[in-house]
Amino acid sequence: MTRLTGAVLGILTRTGEWIYDRAGLAPLHRFLVEHRIPGEVGRTRKGWFYVFGQALAFVFVAQLVTGSALAMKYIPSPGHAWESLHFINTEVLWGGFVRALHYFGASAMVVLVFVHMARVFLTGSYKFPRELNWITGVALLFLTLAMAFTGQLLRWDHDGVATVDVAATMLGRFPVVGPHLMDLVLAGDTMGGATLSRFFALHVIVFPLLIMGLMGVHIYLVIRNGISEPPRAGVPVERDTYRSWYQRHKAESGSLFWPYQAWREFAFIGLVYAVVFGLAFAFGPKGPGLVPDPALVEVVPRPDWYFLWYYALIWYKPPALDALVLVWLPVLVFPLLVLLPLLFSGGERAPSRRPWAVFAVGTAFLLWATLTAFGLRAHWIPDFETEPVPEALLSDAPEEARLGAALFHERGCQYCHVAMGRGGIYGPDLTDAPLRLSREEIAVRIVMGIGNMPAYQEILGPGELEAILAYIHWAAEDRARRRGSEP
Amino acid sequence: MPNSNDSGSTPVSGERAPDSGLPGDLEAAGHPEVAGNRDATGHPEQADNPDKAGCGPCQERRKLLTFLTLGIGSAAGASLLAPWLGLFVTPLTRTDPTEWRDVGSVEDFPLGSTLRVTYRDPEPLPWAGYAARNAAWVRRDDSDEFAAFTTYCTHVGCAVRWEEGARLFLCPCHGGAFHADGSVAAGPPPRPLDRYPIRIRDGRVEIRTEGIPSPRG
Repeated sequence: MTRLTGAVLGILTRTGEWIYDRAGLAPLHRFLVEHRIPGEVGRTRKGWFYVFGQALAFVFVAQLVTGSALAMKYIPSPGHAWESLHFINTEVLWGGFVRALHYFGASAMVVLVFVHMARVFLTGSYKFPRELNWITGVALLFLTLAMAFTGQLLRWDHDGVATVDVAATMLGRFPVVGPHLMDLVLAGDTMGGATLSRFFALHVIVFPLLIMGLMGVHIYLVIRNGISEPPRAGVPVERDTYRSWYQRHKAESGSLFWPYQAWREFAFIGLVYAVVFGLAFAFGPKGPGLVPDPALVEVVPRPDWYFLWYYALIWYKPPALDALVLVWLPVLVFPLLVLLPLLFSGGERAPSRRPWAVFAVGTAFLLWATLTAFGLRAHWIPDFETEPVPEALLSDAPEEARLGAALFHERGCQYCHVAMGRGGIYGPDLTDAPLRLSREEIAVRIVMGIGNMPAYQEILGPGELEAILAYIHWAAEDRARRRGSEP
Repeated sequence: MPNSNDSGSTPVSGERAPDSGLPGDLEAAGHPEVAGNRDATGHPEQADNPDKAGCGPCQERRKLLTFLTLGIGSAAGASLLAPWLGLFVTPLTRTDPTEWRDVGSVEDFPLGSTLRVTYRDPEPLPWAGYAARNAAWVRRDDSDEFAAFTTYCTHVGCAVRWEEGARLFLCPCHGGAFHADGSVAAGPPPRPLDRYPIRIRDGRVEIRTEGIPSPRG
């Protein structure tokens, strides 16, 4: 038995050596594995700041694995896509789990790509001679987001399709070429048969190939230019001397990448995989939600979490900034990011000497977090499901106020306003309104509209305004009575 | 003829300092200044390099072959890219299809009502399934006065719904509101709801359907 094992091992070893020799793998091996890195990375805890890029590459590999498995079962036909996803969820062995892995893997990539970018920006690693590292990284960032965006449509449920609808409409706002861009994205004039095929080809073939190619270039550049040493305040990048200094620095106090930094990167990858598997196991696959029948209008579409911030932003921006936020912001971000390392290729790298860089990252993060929170709450969505106030609560209300309560629901006031503890949260809670405003002021607001409140002049019939006012005042008095009667 | 007798060194014979970190070919490609140091690593074929031999006619031949190689390569690339682009931009070359669609008889629409109608897109693809379906809001103001509104909010294109009690079109995405005549009532929409042409023929209501309205169209 041991002799057999020994023989098998011997054959395997000799085969490996033969391939290693004939394929000439030694230079590649030296390049990828045996290169030296700055000692501060390899030998100190600062190495933990340098683990995000390789984690992205490994999560991308996981996406290739789960994605190619899903492609074997998915039907990219508008009439069948939703059903095939439902089939994968319910009938295919591990189908739902693989879909969940693909969704949470995609989420991990979106998170990691921004963390990676923030780290590289904060440590000034994009500066000379690593400008091209950054530029290929920017292209990879946009390709990652493009994968998230196209993948959302492949889910072919109402949320995913509506997101692309919205994006196409926004492209349509672009001057002159807008309608043509819209046609290109939708592959026609409607979200019909051709859109899904186009997004499938982009998501499954074109973008992954571009990512693989660019990722190869990116990794080559990272090793070719060397991992940036952790910045030290007061030591700016000097173009004339940096390269030779860096080589000397690595030769004198450097460390080997393998295994002194590699172990950290693999430890982090293990953590990321564990989180993705854990989330997939705990939450299961994402959707598919409602069937994306364009004729169904009783839906409340929302984008996936990574675009929620933008969904909130297009509500919050003032109308005057329409063109800026919807058209120019997305278009200008790419060239600005590409230009960044060319404009600031020298100088200090340490965050402590670059307060504006720290400020920019902090602001971007706070904006993102705030807008995402608003997008989750989305108070501007009318509460279409709100129920009328039950009769029991109105038992001691006068007749007019009862009529007003019914109208408050029927005329849609309650979609956006709370009264008696029910209703949407777009507008203010009207139970308190009589404490702040006179009866006439409330009436004027209802009739003429104010801010995001429509004018109800032509909507309310005779006597209806009075009834609603009576209800609002009665509700305020009722609350006051209840509070007064509490011990 | 320098370097012509590079024999015997195997491709992986450790000719470089272990810490240089770069394989010879990669480093030579990226570092012109070290390319001259390839004394021990160059391939034997380089002995035939006409550049180093320094003969005039060979230079001409080299230029010609370079030109030919790049020319054929570019032509091959372009001839592949052209059909790819052709398929990619097909949607731009089609004229926007429009089609009159029957959405019901006149009696189906009571006076003063706003009802959702569904129809098939103009020129649907055979495999489109329910993706070829679409909806519009048809409003009847008078015995022969009809209006058809698109369901696409003019803000960013979500589907608006008619709320009969509130007598408003409401958008679920960002809270936009339109009056019964399609004019903006509140919220972020920049302009009124788009309309489809509508006509009555032989007691049937027909609307001329189009694609998703583009914001500038």
